[in-house]
Amino acid sequence: MNIQFRERAGEASSADAKSHDAKSPAKTAIADCDIHPVRATATELYPFLAKRWHEHLETYGKHPYQGMMEGPPYPKAQPNASRRDAYPPEGGPQGSSLSFMQQQHLDPNNVVLGVLNPLATGQGIRNHELATAICSAINDWQIDKWTSKDSRLKGSIVVANEDGPTAAAEICKRGGDANFVQVLLLSRTAEPLGQRRYWPIYQAAEEVGLPVGVHAFGFGGNPITASGWPSFYIEEMVGHSQCQQAVLSSLVLEGVFDRYPRLKMIMIEAGFGWAPSLSWRLDRNWKRLRSEVPHVKGLPSETIREHIYWTTQPMEDPERRDHLFDVIEWTGWDRLLFATDYPHWDFDEPSRVLPPGVSDANREAFYLGNAKKLYGLA
Amino acid sequence: MTSPVAGGVDCDLHPAVPHLTSLLPYLNDYWRDQVTTRGMTDLVSQSYPPNSPISARPDWRPAKGKPGASLADMRAQALDPFRVSFGICNPLFGVQMVFSEDMADAFCRALNDWLAKEWLDNDARLRGSIVIPVQSVEKSVAEIERCATDKRFVQVLMLVMGDMPLGKRAYWPIYAAAERLGLPIGIHAGSSYHNPPTSVGWGSYHIEDYVAQAQAFQTQLTSLIVEGVFARHPNLKMVMLESGFTWLPSYLWRLHKFWRGIRMETPWVDRAPLEIVRSNIRFSSQPIDAPPEPQTLNRLFDHMQSDELLLFSTDYPHWQFDGDAALPEGMSPALVRKIMIDNPLATYARLKETVS
Amino acid sequence: MTRHVIAPVDELPPGTRKFLTIDERPIAIFNVNGEFFGLLNRCPHQGAALCEGALIGLAQSSDPGEIEYTRLGEIIRCPWHGWEFDIRTGQSWCEPKRFRTRAYAVNVEPGTSLVKGPYVAETLKVSVESDYVVVDL
Repeated sequence: MNIQFRERAGEASSADAKSHDAKSPAKTAIADCDIHPVRATATELYPFLAKRWHEHLETYGKHPYQGMMEGPPYPKAQPNASRRDAYPPEGGPQGSSLSFMQQQHLDPNNVVLGVLNPLATGQGIRNHELATAICSAINDWQIDKWTSKDSRLKGSIVVANEDGPTAAAEICKRGGDANFVQVLLLSRTAEPLGQRRYWPIYQAAEEVGLPVGVHAFGFGGNPITASGWPSFYIEEMVGHSQCQQAVLSSLVLEGVFDRYPRLKMIMIEAGFGWAPSLSWRLDRNWKRLRSEVPHVKGLPSETIREHIYWTTQPMEDPERRDHLFDVIEWTGWDRLLFATDYPHWDFDEPSRVLPPGVSDANREAFYLGNAKKLYGLA
Repeated sequence: MTSPVAGGVDCDLHPAVPHLTSLLPYLNDYWRDQVTTRGMTDLVSQSYPPNSPISARPDWRPAKGKPGASLADMRAQALDPFRVSFGICNPLFGVQMVFSEDMADAFCRALNDWLAKEWLDNDARLRGSIVIPVQSVEKSVAEIERCATDKRFVQVLMLVMGDMPLGKRAYWPIYAAAERLGLPIGIHAGSSYHNPPTSVGWGSYHIEDYVAQAQAFQTQLTSLIVEGVFARHPNLKMVMLESGFTWLPSYLWRLHKFWRGIRMETPWVDRAPLEIVRSNIRFSSQPIDAPPEPQTLNRLFDHMQSDELLLFSTDYPHWQFDGDAALPEGMSPALVRKIMIDNPLATYARLKETVS
Repeated sequence: MTRHVIAPVDELPPGTRKFLTIDERPIAIFNVNGEFFGLLNRCPHQGAALCEGALIGLAQSSDPGEIEYTRLGEIIRCPWHGWEFDIRTGQSWCEPKRFRTRAYAVNVEPGTSLVKGPYVAETLKVSVESDYVVVDL
């Protein structure tokens, strides 16, 4: 009979008591297309940031498109919006330790490709110079702390998106650097992302051959619904789906993909269940109203099918798996990119998200093949 | 083509106010003079530019005047072809866009009186929705109580894009009044434009605003459910009008998933969101945002897991379908009956009352 | 059912929890206000280490805006998706019929009634004055 009896001086943790995990079979190799690396301390970025900004940040702070310097206005469901079991043993917030990320997530889940999407960057900061400086620093930090230390990890070029030309310059500077596999934007910006002020970003991304990911969140100064500000965090979380629908509609109806035909974009962390119904709605109305938007050359659903990818987290979770399979069929098995959102609390455990009944080919595409192809790592 | 069954209800008709001056007879002296002396001509919302293809089907567009302004046309083009026993009028006139609550109130009263006199009085099939000045909850309640004495008013009408999310408690006296009087709340596509018409700001195009209506219905449904409107008012029904409905199943999956984890934030939500929708929310059938082949739509109906959610509508005179194809292909007669007759009668209790 | 001795009671004061593996099953024992509870340390949703979650009370409401908050410390929120489980019964709050986690009966046994022999871990000090926390598995 086997009793293991653990004393722990500090925080109770079950990490050592998980002897059952050591006996699990080797897991399938997967891509995780949405990992959030975090700074361990406020000053961790300083080596990559000009000195003048150190003092600026300490005196004036970040000045975003929403009121709280520390908040946030919709408090999260768990501390730092992250899993409570993801605090690194050496200290620091969840997601701030490469070694712990390897130990807790990359190694046991056999992540062979991890795409880093840093949040809390310069994006959404009203002081554009500061935004630009922080974004560039974050890009340097991604290389220094993460991608140069673990070749499975790839970074995203974050840019101060509210000014197209400055953002384009950063993309052109980083383009060709194998540390980065995409450009990253946030979904809630000052104007819908299809608008012309953002076109230089798409032009630059197309030029350097990188896809552009649009991740849920950010603040652009607009209420997060078309009818004002809701009360609850759950409304914000569910609302990312509606924000992303508006972003995609804007991209399509502004003709971004007609203008930049080689551009690919990824909708990140807003689900994909809405993709079919939005595509159908866009199609119906484009057929009726196309004279208003002559620059939109083709059926929106075809444009979406050709240019858009979707990360899977938070995975759609209907009671009946045949309903899920319908929606995936309509969206396209070849368009989905598996993601966990590590270390966030709404993390999707890789082995639990797909019900049984998926063909080997689709399973492989879902978990790894699509990502490798999209990011040019096949 | 799926044939309609006689005796149904058209739950979304749009009689048009020809011009602001049409309301003058229904305004008091002060407001009548305000309109004329300040040179107010019309209240035209961008939601439906008069000549936009959506605003009127070509064969429903009159040679002169606004589409939907003629009762004779509405009879010939909508009420008679679909052999309905009732048609519910949802006037779309930009009264919600003005910022003065007093002015909005005056216009709403005039609009509701105009509807009763020039439409409901002239065709026994017609029923009306009470348009309310949402900028003032107090005035809205007063207007609901005033109009409700006329049993031909069967619903209260609000827009899906307003000043604040519809679940917010400040609006609840409106819902209390409606529930007390047995009136559903109809939430119709359209905006007061007091907020940008999408969740991410102002788009560039009319088509963009129109597509965005569906997202507004989604965020409003979240608001209504998580704020607990139906916990407080379990007998209140709300009808999503011209919202589309094919987004509903996947939307509910997401809401349900998050609710399970953040339940403690809104503990008055003690039933699954899908159950709340089944008991309290309905959708008018047009527009149908689905591909034309029946298999997809049938799968979507399966995803919805209820045949009680849809209420027949033509959305006259908006252009959502051609000819008489208001019902999708391949719908069983039983389902047609449910959508055209049973579901609307179950939703609008007043339809069963005789009106003198 | 086998009885397993976990620890002396005074090594598990109120507000603390202990993680162990017994027969390859990860479990945690909690002391909530002097009462002991045992749960399988695996969330039935996606397999998270449930017992690392925060302990809160039960929020209920009979009217929006009014909150009745009871049973402090008896609800555990999974550290991942925050699902709430009743620490007494293992029952989940959102979908009680579909999801529950395994709860184990935990008792405090007075020292003199302990079964001596191979069930006692070597590191334990057996003393007649101490009460022991014992779990049935």
